[in-house]
Amino acid sequence: MVNIADQVFFCWQAILRHRFRSIMVLLAISIGVASVVVLTALGEGARQYVLGEFAFLGKDILVVLPGKKETTGGLPPIMGEAPRDLTLDDTHNLGRRLSSIDQLAPLIVGSAEVSYDARAREVMVLGTTEAFVSLRSLRLASGRNIKTDDFRRDSNECLIGETVKDELLGSISATGIKLRIGDYRCRIVGVLAGRGDAMGMNLSDAIIISVASAEKLFDTPGIFRLLVSVKPGFDIDSVKQRIIEVMTDLHQGEEDITVISPDAMLATFDDIFVVLTLGVAAIAGISLLVAGVLIMNVMLINVSQRTEEIGLLKALGASADDVQRLFLLESIITVAVGTGVGWLSGWLLVTVGRELIPNVPFQTPPWATLIAIAVALLTGLVFSWLPAKRASELQPVTALQKHK
Amino acid sequence: MMIELRDVCKTFYLGESSVQALNHVNLTINAGEYLSVMGPSGSGKSTLLNMLGLLDRPDSGYYGLSDTDTNQLTDNQRAAMRSEYIGFVFQAYHLVPRLTARENIELPMMLAGISNGERHRLSSQAMQRLGIEDRAHHLPNQLSGGQRQRVALARAIVRRPSILLADEPTGNLDSHSGIEVMELIEELNRDGITLLMVTHDAVLGARAPRRIKMLDGTVDEDIIDREVELST
Ligand SMILES: Nc1ncnc2c1ncn2[C@@H]1O[C@H](COP(=O)(O)OP(=O)(O)O)[C@@H](O)[C@H]1O
Ligand SMILES: [Mg+2]
Repeated sequence: MVNIADQVFFCWQAILRHRFRSIMVLLAISIGVASVVVLTALGEGARQYVLGEFAFLGKDILVVLPGKKETTGGLPPIMGEAPRDLTLDDTHNLGRRLSSIDQLAPLIVGSAEVSYDARAREVMVLGTTEAFVSLRSLRLASGRNIKTDDFRRDSNECLIGETVKDELLGSISATGIKLRIGDYRCRIVGVLAGRGDAMGMNLSDAIIISVASAEKLFDTPGIFRLLVSVKPGFDIDSVKQRIIEVMTDLHQGEEDITVISPDAMLATFDDIFVVLTLGVAAIAGISLLVAGVLIMNVMLINVSQRTEEIGLLKALGASADDVQRLFLLESIITVAVGTGVGWLSGWLLVTVGRELIPNVPFQTPPWATLIAIAVALLTGLVFSWLPAKRASELQPVTALQKHK
Repeated sequence: MMIELRDVCKTFYLGESSVQALNHVNLTINAGEYLSVMGPSGSGKSTLLNMLGLLDRPDSGYYGLSDTDTNQLTDNQRAAMRSEYIGFVFQAYHLVPRLTARENIELPMMLAGISNGERHRLSSQAMQRLGIEDRAHHLPNQLSGGQRQRVALARAIVRRPSILLADEPTGNLDSHSGIEVMELIEELNRDGITLLMVTHDAVLGARAPRRIKMLDGTVDEDIIDREVELST
């Protein structure tokens, strides 16, 4: 019977003095585990990113856009018959006629040079109403929201994103400062927190002004989008229907708008979600397979070397049980360390990735981590311990001669 | 410890063909004897020695060690017997490459669960006896062939076995270090250990008072010097 201290020491020496062998095993296992952790984090991050793009659209928000979307796939409007504009008056009338509508946020989007003192910067200008901030669940880093009691009237209040603030104003307090956007002048009342981005808009690099001012600034009669929130208790699909009816009525009987509900939007992307989820699972499966094969190969390379040593230990009086204990401990140590290193480096890579690309929420799904660790431990143990166990059951001379 | 083989057979199968490595071997060896085993390559010398060392099981026949029928023993009991009574020296040394000379010598004692202090004492003694005490911390690949075989010999005798089995122990050595290792082994026999040595070298083989010649898996010749027989 080998005593415990000797057993540990013997294994430790085997690991340390067979440095190349140990490092290969460790590498195989760590690479396997790390690749599962990283790849599934990428897949899951992409999935969450796409999901997040729609998350800002609450369940009770409708998006109205000008132009009729031809679901039948008809010809585009013939020359001169461009879709009729959706105007601020339309928006106003819609709000007045439908009591089921809670808030309205018409949007006009453009880009313009914004300047303060001698500094100027090209930024995205978003004309909208005060409702925009709550509809998009935006937070303010300082100051307050703009006031647009009657959104058809000019206002000189504006909100700026954090990047705009940093680059134009530096460290001075933003509130009260007047900016120039072309001929238009506005006064900063608040600063937006974070990026608040979705659907490709990075609001930290934007400035929000009243929609009426934006209409003048960009000299456009129509709005780009209209966000509508529905009062609690109203059925969103019937409100959608009512909006189409009212707008058709306002546009002299012509149905020339499209209303998108969050359900419809998500349904469009349903296929993508399924593909992305399957993709994550496939990636995990493939990387596990690669990890398993990698670990298996490295372990099998060692078998003949180990078998000879096992034969010798038995010739020197070790029992099969002694030998199995010695090699089980060695397997457990290398496999456990390899798994730990792999998990840790995978986690580090994922964390770095999150820092580098903050809008994609890279995260390894817990099930992937668990399965990766389980598979690594299992393949590692099976392919290092099983051959050792088998060799320990051979007649000593057979094991001794195995390397030839 | 008396060794008794009766009608021991061993056949190896390699694919279609088979080799009868031991063919009804009968042999009785008394405690303290010194035998050399000679014979052409492939005649079954190593197989015989492995059988005697409990490194392999015969297909049929009886192998008794001091009246214990070794075929009746479990693998674990056979391991215990190897640990207690048998020392082995191989032509290819079979040292563990990652272990120092001292660690290699202490290996059988570690496997037997002997305490550190006792291990150190006994391994120092064995190294001193074989003149390798200054090589204690060398790894096998830092030693010459003769030194490696001394380490292997020290490992084989460190637990004071009753039987020492040496399979061409000088086969990889030049004649000078071969003679040196031989003298060390013979000295152990003078201390009472039973010694079986396989050799190709007729001069070395002739030094033994009892000489066996193997041929095609059988004991072809078994010559005992009379005066030695009388003196024991
Ligand atoms: N493990 C084995 N598998 C197959 N054949 C073997 C094995 N060991 C020995 N043999 C065969 O048995 C015969 C006797 O071998 P061995 O005892 O090693 O001979 P010697 O030591 O006298 O040269 C040889 O023909 C050899 O090829
Ligand atoms: Mg041989």
